Amino acid sequence: MKHIKTIVFKSLVKDGNIGCGECQASCQSACKTSCTVGNQICKRDEKINVKTNKQSLTI
Amino acid sequence: MVHAFSYSHNAQEYFFLWDIESGSLHNVDLAAFLCAKKRYNISLSNSEIETYLQLNPDVTLEVNNELGALEEAGALNATKTIATFRKKTQHVKALCLHICHDCNMRCGYCFADGGAYNCGIAHMSRDVGFAAVDFLIQNSGNRRNLEIDFFGGEPLLNFDTVKAIVAYAKSLAIKHNKQFSFTLTTNCIRLDKSTAEYLNREMSNVVLSIDGRRKVHDAVRRAVCENGTYDDVVKNALFFKQIRGSLNYYVRGTFTAKNLDFSNDVIKLHDLGFDAVSVEPVVLDSSHPLSIKTDSIDLINHQYEILSEYYLKARASGENFTFFHFILDLVHGPCIDKRLTGCGAGTEYLAVSPDGKLYPCHQFVGKTDFCMGNVFDLGLNEDLRTTFSSITVLNKEHCAECPAKYHCGGGCLANSLNLTGSLTGQYKIGCSLAKKRFEIALASAFLENSEGG
Repeated sequence: MKHIKTIVFKSLVKDGNIGCGECQASCQSACKTSCTVGNQICKRDEKINVKTNKQSLTI
Repeated sequence: MVHAFSYSHNAQEYFFLWDIESGSLHNVDLAAFLCAKKRYNISLSNSEIETYLQLNPDVTLEVNNELGALEEAGALNATKTIATFRKKTQHVKALCLHICHDCNMRCGYCFADGGAYNCGIAHMSRDVGFAAVDFLIQNSGNRRNLEIDFFGGEPLLNFDTVKAIVAYAKSLAIKHNKQFSFTLTTNCIRLDKSTAEYLNREMSNVVLSIDGRRKVHDAVRRAVCENGTYDDVVKNALFFKQIRGSLNYYVRGTFTAKNLDFSNDVIKLHDLGFDAVSVEPVVLDSSHPLSIKTDSIDLINHQYEILSEYYLKARASGENFTFFHFILDLVHGPCIDKRLTGCGAGTEYLAVSPDGKLYPCHQFVGKTDFCMGNVFDLGLNEDLRTTFSSITVLNKEHCAECPAKYHCGGGCLANSLNLTGSLTGQYKIGCSLAKKRFEIALASAFLENSEGG
């Protein structure tokens, strides 16, 4: 496309075993007076994902 | 729904379209940005209207064809895929243990009444702690990864009990096929060498409370005797950071109406040597002198912009610096279930008071109307559990068109209750800041990957 570059495609549409509940509860991380869940990592992905300094993003 | 926003970086304006329902992010040129705003009925400023009207009709046609193609692909203006939702299970997976309702500090913004939560000073006994572990195992169903957070007050004032509970939980893990993760939040006053070494060994994450610059920290985070605590806190926290290596920790600060230039506090913490930082806005009733007021939102948003530029620069130079609210993994993030239900308070996440009472989360402890049971009993107040499990992003009216709704999960229920009187009320200041942080997180993720190679 000439005018639009898709950076992330349908990230909320995930297949597979969703809702397994194995990921960290958000308030057990750094936030105790706010609520942020989108920066948590899926526990299933965490197992296969090598931790890097950079955030994952498909371009 | 489509959210259009721009981000200024190195004197260049970047334009983005975030498709709220599909979670698609598009970097667009100005023509596409304006055409999208027009197409999706997003208000344009006067100058944007002028520019839009000057666009070549061929360009407008090209852009609209591209927008249409993305709509066809379900990556723009996508319809809501989930209309109703309720948590599938009622299993508990995380407990916040109020190991000590006492504190050796008297912070000006404390939501916990100086650590006692309006319930009087109390230390959790080993019996209560062990019963909490048993309760967690028995109520966790087939969930393997369980979490125990040690909170207070100041948990290191009852440290022997922390150690006993950790040992007890670990002794049961294999038998019950559970994996425990322990976390602890401390003000660092008692974080001596042996304590630091223990926490480094046993805790998957440790949260160290420091507010940033000395004058900011000492103005609010004072000892019981009213002396400042900065020197002891920083010295102890730096020792912990030194031995922590690459394992998880966070320095967590709070900013208030007295330090609305809080980007300087984050930068100070980084300068001190801390590379995992979270500094959050204080949440207090508007009558409190430290509370964040609505008319400060623009100023705070500008601070987030300053901070994001610092963040990008630091990371581009190879530093492993993270700011909690700018972290965003768009590929490996949580599933939609998690995003719809938020923190899990009152369902999968509960807090335990020193006497063993169960509450929806640490901020509800002491609110007797919200007591959900006791760790010595198996049963939980099912009416309350139903109330909490039925609250999702989908049934909060104010979330309906919010671009950050699947990122914040609908917001903090305790904040809603404390500031609006309703579990589903909107804490508007918190929402405004969350939206800004989310836009920055999206833009930063793009810029970091596109510029850094």
